[in-house]
Amino acid sequence: MLALIVGALGALLALGVAGLAGARHASIGRSIYGVAATVSAGLAVLGASRLTSGAADETLILPIGLPWLGCHLRLDALSAFFLVVVHAPASAIGAFAAGYVTHEPAQPRILPAYPVFVAAMTAVLIADDAYAFLLAWELMSLASWVLVLAHHEESDTRSAAWLYLVIATLGTVCLMAALGVLAGGAGDYAFASLRGARPAPLAGALVALLALLGAGSKAGLMPLHAWLPPAHAAAPTPVSALMSGVMTKVALYGLVRILFDLAGPLPWGWGAAIAMVGGASAVLGLLYALLQTDIKRLLAYSTVENIGIAAIGIGLALGFRASGQSALAALALTAGLLHALNHALFKSLLFLGTGALAAATGTRDLERLGGLIGRMPALALAMLAGAAAIAGLPPFNGFVSEWLTFQAILASPPAAQASLRLGLPLLGVLLALAAALAAVCFVRAFGIAFLGRARSPQAAAAHAPEAALVWPPLALGAACLLLGLVPALGIALSDPVLRALGVPAFAGALVGPAIQLGDNGAGYNAIGLAVAAGLLGLLTVVALHRLSPLTERRGAPWDCGFPDADPATQYTGSSFSQPLRRVFGPLFAVRERVDMPAPLERRAAGFAVSLRDPLWIALYRPVARLVEMLAGRLNVVQFLTIRRYLSLTFGVLVLLMVLVVIGA
Amino acid sequence: MSGVLFQLVQFALVLALAPLLTGIVRKVKARLNGRIGASPLQPYRDLARLLRKQPVAAEGASPLFFASPLAAFVILWLAAGLVPSFTTDLALAGSADLIALVALLAAARFATALGGLDVGTAFGGIGASRDMMLAALAEPAMLMVIVTLALVAGSTSLLRIVGFVVGGGVGVEISMSLALIALLMVAIAENGRIPIDNPATHLELTMVHEAMVLEYSGRQLALIEGAQMLKLLLYLSLVGAVFAPWTIAFEDTPDALMVGLIGYAGKLALGAVGLGLFEVTIAKMRVFRATEFLGGALLLGLLAAIFRLIAETV
Repeated sequence: MLALIVGALGALLALGVAGLAGARHASIGRSIYGVAATVSAGLAVLGASRLTSGAADETLILPIGLPWLGCHLRLDALSAFFLVVVHAPASAIGAFAAGYVTHEPAQPRILPAYPVFVAAMTAVLIADDAYAFLLAWELMSLASWVLVLAHHEESDTRSAAWLYLVIATLGTVCLMAALGVLAGGAGDYAFASLRGARPAPLAGALVALLALLGAGSKAGLMPLHAWLPPAHAAAPTPVSALMSGVMTKVALYGLVRILFDLAGPLPWGWGAAIAMVGGASAVLGLLYALLQTDIKRLLAYSTVENIGIAAIGIGLALGFRASGQSALAALALTAGLLHALNHALFKSLLFLGTGALAAATGTRDLERLGGLIGRMPALALAMLAGAAAIAGLPPFNGFVSEWLTFQAILASPPAAQASLRLGLPLLGVLLALAAALAAVCFVRAFGIAFLGRARSPQAAAAHAPEAALVWPPLALGAACLLLGLVPALGIALSDPVLRALGVPAFAGALVGPAIQLGDNGAGYNAIGLAVAAGLLGLLTVVALHRLSPLTERRGAPWDCGFPDADPATQYTGSSFSQPLRRVFGPLFAVRERVDMPAPLERRAAGFAVSLRDPLWIALYRPVARLVEMLAGRLNVVQFLTIRRYLSLTFGVLVLLMVLVVIGA
Repeated sequence: MSGVLFQLVQFALVLALAPLLTGIVRKVKARLNGRIGASPLQPYRDLARLLRKQPVAAEGASPLFFASPLAAFVILWLAAGLVPSFTTDLALAGSADLIALVALLAAARFATALGGLDVGTAFGGIGASRDMMLAALAEPAMLMVIVTLALVAGSTSLLRIVGFVVGGGVGVEISMSLALIALLMVAIAENGRIPIDNPATHLELTMVHEAMVLEYSGRQLALIEGAQMLKLLLYLSLVGAVFAPWTIAFEDTPDALMVGLIGYAGKLALGAVGLGLFEVTIAKMRVFRATEFLGGALLLGLLAAIFRLIAETV
């Protein structure tokens, strides 16, 4: 199987080369995306079959890379699970990208990097030594950076890409240091030997912190999230879907791999810390999402939220495992893993749907959309499914993982540390607030974009996007519904991971299609509820037919007797979020300026809202300035004479030798 | 088998009782206001009238406009049928715990809010926006109540909680009383009652829920009103089942079931009178004061959970 994956990697890299040559022709571009989608579909099936068949771990050592190390590859359950998480959405995204070729003029810059990006994410998952892992990680960052820059003519894109590059590099440095601390002085960077090494408590803490910084910044956990929304929004739509839906999961994979697998047992406090960071990310991410009017930015901020929810599950699992609550660790880890899978599906759906919407209307600004449900019903259906799934509403998949996360929080074992127990209700509040805000956010996003009346001529004149752009989101919506109705499917995929990480299986909690937590009697049976709702609905419809036979009449809107034909009288996205902006305003430095002319003064009144991410100002600007200053200083080194270069090289060599002598 | 039968009975029962409950609340309020008031049966007549009338929809209304009242009604009917009322022997009782129940309520609200936005009028938007804001503030408070109950009974399953309370697992406890107050405050907010919202208002700018459903008429409006009545019934049943579960039947004997039914009717009547009393004694708040009200509910819930945790640790 591993050989097949390596073959697929080769095929994807070859596609990248082909992309260099064939980017000018739409048909070649289409087939390249098509092949990439097929490869992804194959890899997803491969991962799923590895998980369900229960095959043994495979390893492979390729004679490339460092001469004494080679390139270690390994396919275990964790890798296989994330192979599904990455490639199931990636296949839909590839299919969408094939249809999107004609809408995206920057193909020559996207086509070569796209397959390389997909290949690099796959390589991260199967890398089994620190060198290969970091190389693949960096390739993933660079390929996605190139893709973000596809529309480099816009200055916003350039600044977003610059920030992304800075943070991604810092993240890789952190991961490099984390793995370096784990390897210690032994110099053996294969994961197998890292796993055997038991770091000292202080070193273990350092590893956890560095891994959290490195992988957490890539995943978009607060406070390292600020690069994410601008970068994800600036990228071309299929790339946004890949970055937001998929790459953040690769980052979670890195976190789980290092913290659960490589770093050995960590004290429970780390788990609690990660869960709290997750809770804060969940709430703050959504509060920002609520205020965005660019749909892609809104979705990117909501990625911060969902990664936070997954981090709650992963952190709790770490904490429970450390305090010996292995059954609860299984519940929490299942919740985290399933949320990663679910989010990959519905976030890709929403990004692809937004791409189709923007292709049809020419804008992704909420305030210029409206009334699209009548003109593009199929796309509206897909987006409605995505909105319900991400808002955590039954019967979709988002609710399953949120339900499990709630259960993990509520289970609160009596034996656990008192401070952990006291923290759990707070975590519950954060998660509940996030879930409720997600509903507000996506009622707003869907309602303003698809319902009401068109707010701009483009929206009024829009035609439905072509079928090639609509069926990939619809297929993802069907997957969300299926995983929501039959949670057993997702749990069948995540259970082997639990066993591989030394946590007992969770499948014992399944009774037929329903989840039933044996020890406390709480259950969720989506199919049962759906069937009951279907029957009640049927009864209601039949009864209405009998009791209320008159057909509808159409008339002007009532609007309390004063209907106004001007679409500008509708609620806008900004007005919809105004109540929450007022309630939570201090958290995000909102400035509302009302400019009211004095009586008899003949000018228009004005109203402006501006918001900044306070974390952005406090944290990022200093870092970005420091990097810029250092880069400016170092620039001199690029223009030295050959003599100076040689002496520099010699100096470094001497320094290293001295270090070796001291070390020995 | 009996579980399926009782489940069907319960679905019929909640649907039959919901309008009466609303009627009693209105009657109580009218009497306390010094009016005679309409008969408690008036809501049935209102619903029948709405069903007979020809619905008028705005020209731009999409299929979602018509689907949303149906979805909200069916979801709330389902949810109301899941709360143990007179017996615990319900086929679907294990299918949804308290968290799933809250999610069902959220799904109904999601559908209604989308329906409010569909026609594209200012009132629909203002109602949807405010309703969602109130829900976003009420849901964390509701969760804190659930946390407390889960800490007390060791489960989020309603059957377990009911069984635990009946089994004498809970004495008079400060955390349970705080949770009860928090739950009542959430129930008031979620049902759009005074002081958060006024179900009988005629002043457009003060409306929340009514503004959201302003465009509906005929059978769609009947569905929405029915859904609201079911929601009120659901919250009262929930309070009754969790905090006064002693009448609920645990065995399928005719006596126990009889006690269960009478007790349920009694609890609902008591709840309706209590709600009417409460509503006439206070005035409606400004919309943004609701934050303080619901923040108070959240704080009470949090205190309840923390008291419980400390009580266990000590």
